[in-house]
Amino acid sequence: MTWGVSHLSVRYGDVAALTDVSVDVVAGEVVALVGGDGAGKTTLLRAMTRTVPASGGEVRAPGVAEIGFMPTQAGVWRELTVDENIAFVASAQGVKGADLAQRRAELLEATGLTQATDRLAGALSGGMRQKLAFSLAMLHRPPLLLLDEPSTGVDPVSRVDLWRMIAQAAADGAAIAMATTYLDEADRASNVVVLDAGEVLLAGTPARVLESMPGRVLSSPTRGPGSFTWRRGHSYREWVAEDPPAGVARAADLEDAVVGAALAKEAASV
Amino acid sequence: MSDALLSADSATRRFGDFVAVDSVSLEVRAGEVVGLLGANGAGKTTLIRMILGLLPASEGSVALFGAEPSREARARLGYVPQGLGLWHDLTVAENLAFVGDVYGATIEVPDALAGLSTRPVGGIGLGRQRQVAFAAALGHSPELLVLDEPTSGVDPLSRARLWDAIHEAADSGVGVLVTTHYMQEAQQCDRLVLMSQGREVAAGGEADIVGDTRTIAVRTDRWQDAFEALDAAGVMTMLAGTHVRAVDATEAQVRAALGDIPAQLESTSATLEEAMVARERAA
Repeated sequence: MTWGVSHLSVRYGDVAALTDVSVDVVAGEVVALVGGDGAGKTTLLRAMTRTVPASGGEVRAPGVAEIGFMPTQAGVWRELTVDENIAFVASAQGVKGADLAQRRAELLEATGLTQATDRLAGALSGGMRQKLAFSLAMLHRPPLLLLDEPSTGVDPVSRVDLWRMIAQAAADGAAIAMATTYLDEADRASNVVVLDAGEVLLAGTPARVLESMPGRVLSSPTRGPGSFTWRRGHSYREWVAEDPPAGVARAADLEDAVVGAALAKEAASV
Repeated sequence: MSDALLSADSATRRFGDFVAVDSVSLEVRAGEVVGLLGANGAGKTTLIRMILGLLPASEGSVALFGAEPSREARARLGYVPQGLGLWHDLTVAENLAFVGDVYGATIEVPDALAGLSTRPVGGIGLGRQRQVAFAAALGHSPELLVLDEPTSGVDPLSRARLWDAIHEAADSGVGVLVTTHYMQEAQQCDRLVLMSQGREVAAGGEADIVGDTRTIAVRTDRWQDAFEALDAAGVMTMLAGTHVRAVDATEAQVRAALGDIPAQLESTSATLEEAMVARERAA
């Protein structure tokens, strides 16, 4: 099953939050929605839950009962214990009996919260809380999981656990869309959609994203002459509009490709 | 005698029986960007608080500009906390003027923010807010910058520009200490220090942190099965698109876990993130 949006536009009054955005969310795969604050990631996820109306285009998603949604920096009730959080969501989603018992045990083990069921969710570390929020979003095994920056502020150890849970859900057949500001996470996804000011900047498999950047990114030990230059560690990068010679990559990695594409867009708008 | 701007010498901080920072030694010299890595609870925040002079060391010592952290010493450093420390109801210009007054300096609104100077900080994007926080921290020409996850939440182009500003400051002789748990930020640093459970467990370049940790890339049409089999066998797994990475495992372990799932195995160097988590798990 493939969910997603086609040529979706969303407006908030006079402001275009999304313009002509198409994304496929495929069962058994993870698509990463990459962009900074204000790029349109949350609007896209909200449009898929139909809590934000589309002004154009199409949303392909099941009903809310079949969607697991994990909002950014929330998704747990801080004043409830871990167990109460699970019980509350289970009753809301109609998960009960032996199914609930099994699901609860699985999720507690995956989150490492088995010994902490009496703790208030608000007293958990950020990483633990995000893992609990993910567990709650997928408690009822929804076929579509929408995750809004699940790993922001989460330390690397918890992040690996979180990714393990996300991969597990994909392996079990869920279609997953996750928003992130970090491109090293995009490398873990089957497909990447880079959003910038509500528009798709680049999209496709990580390899395809590298190929579809306009122009090329040069690397050198000294700062280039153009204005489209930036530092990366000990070397400098420069985006130029010319295509690379045959057989030469446009950019070394996703980070360079996305910065290059953003600069290409700036160059085109001047 | 060291000419370090910042030095910790076997610095230890206890809270009752709990050792938050355990005999950590660290230096930041002029013009150097040092990255401080570690999971939650590794002791990074406690160490920063010691450096800022907010917490005295239980044992060992911390020195700012060659002396114990003091109010005068703190005036010579710029600090950007994760929460940015800006006043959301004040405009960009008012925020910078206020910080300038505190340090007895005049902070100009940078050209890149000129169009926003009369806008309340709470109403501009996070990438722009970070630029304001940077301008505020750099406004009194500090000799040392302490940055807590400087580019969390911003888009890649804004991140590249913020790092340009950090490198530019370092080129002009400012020492920079950056805490991060994002590997792309770590790769921008000249030197890295990895903390785990209060201790320094590795230091040096990326290669020194990765050490000899290897990862086996497992390529198969049945990645879902491979993932479940490796996970069930207790192997640390990372998803990478449509293949699986088995971290810090031997080929024999991976083959045994996969059983009859056909797969191509390729041994590669671990990524910084993989190596860091593998070390944390081993601890």
